[in-house]
Amino acid sequence: MQPKEHDSASPPLLETVNLSCLRGDRLLFEDLAVQVTAGEVVQIHGPNGSGKTTLLRILCGLQPPAGGYVRWRGRDVPPGAPEIRADVQYVGHAGGAKLDLTPRENLDVAMALGARSTGTTAGAALARLGVGRIRDVPLRTLSAGQRQRVALARLLTCGAALWVLDEPFTALDTSGVAIVDAMLREHTEAGGAAMLTSHHPVTLSGVTPRLVRIDTKT
Amino acid sequence: MSAFAAIVRRDLILAVRHRAEAANPLLFFLVVVSLVPLGLSPRREVLALIAPGVVWIGALLATLLSLERMFRTDFEDGSLELMLVSPRPLPLIVLAKILAHWLVTGLPLLAAAPLIALLLGLPAGSLPVLLATLALGTPALSAVGSIGVALTVGLRRGGMLLSLLVLPLYVPVLVFAASAVAAAADGLPASGQLYVLGALAALSFSLAPAAAAAALRISMS
Repeated sequence: MQPKEHDSASPPLLETVNLSCLRGDRLLFEDLAVQVTAGEVVQIHGPNGSGKTTLLRILCGLQPPAGGYVRWRGRDVPPGAPEIRADVQYVGHAGGAKLDLTPRENLDVAMALGARSTGTTAGAALARLGVGRIRDVPLRTLSAGQRQRVALARLLTCGAALWVLDEPFTALDTSGVAIVDAMLREHTEAGGAAMLTSHHPVTLSGVTPRLVRIDTKT
Repeated sequence: MSAFAAIVRRDLILAVRHRAEAANPLLFFLVVVSLVPLGLSPRREVLALIAPGVVWIGALLATLLSLERMFRTDFEDGSLELMLVSPRPLPLIVLAKILAHWLVTGLPLLAAAPLIALLLGLPAGSLPVLLATLALGTPALSAVGSIGVALTVGLRRGGMLLSLLVLPLYVPVLVFAASAVAAAADGLPASGQLYVLGALAALSFSLAPAAAAAALRISMS
């Protein structure tokens, strides 16, 4: 697959070129060409085990692809190159939060590790996600949905052009989904982009995700 | 807050919240060292011969016991992924982890050293040298250990492999540290051994963070 020629002056934020991935000796996907332009939300869609999470992990540099590379803002770089990491915020399956720390302490660490500050304070971000009142309670005592909200709060405090979200709606209730929906809308309106996975269709009112399907090769 | 300070602070808070678990290496050290006079012989001349080695074997095993925790929990809860995708330099983050590990496991050994010296009948004059070997040697153990932990963090049962990887690298520290304490106990100068320990510490602190960072990237993929 050849990447589309873009007439506009600005190249897409992220473009994968002939990306392929092996798990064991099984080919998950090959010659994958996905583009993410500023201002859009791309939803990676596919059956269980098709490599959705793996694709996101490759883009963040958590694991190397079997082949191919990534074009970031028009420049060819290996996946997970420093310039990508400086502008990507990843929220994975595991959340990356310590159960024995409070939401605020967790967010403080995430902010220190994050690319740059958006100016939003930890307290404000947690309040926006609806977990402001329990910000000083150990995460261990919170529900799965509350933990997911804490993990998502770092999207507000750490500035990044591209949000890479692995199953962001897992465990969230309707109000939680609505908050993330609004966050995605604000982020794309400000010129950001997001790439997310979900194995069931999500109805968002603020943004319309562009579906990209990846299929396991047989 | 810088990433370095944030990680050190986070690990210290976690150690305080897991006091019992964090105190394990120190307790292990105290138990092993205090059992030796009971199990072998409380006679002064026997103890004088074996005390330097016993202290250092205890310190080495106590460190080894606590090594796996350096990255294991971070690996399990996804914090390690956060560190790997961070734009901050990974070796710096690893250095913060090593420092926090030493503050939690190495530093208490130093604090317990006077008690241990008394227990094993080490001459009072050798205490400064014992403290110096621990101050130089245990950070080196934490630093070298980080490479082994980083390599085995993705494995289900990495504990045995970790010991096999790390113990050979611990041998120089053990040999020079025990020899320094033995020399001091005999009233001989120990500066030569201490210089070697200092060199080992400097070497491990300059190389281990980069090596462990590279090992973590391999382990995670």
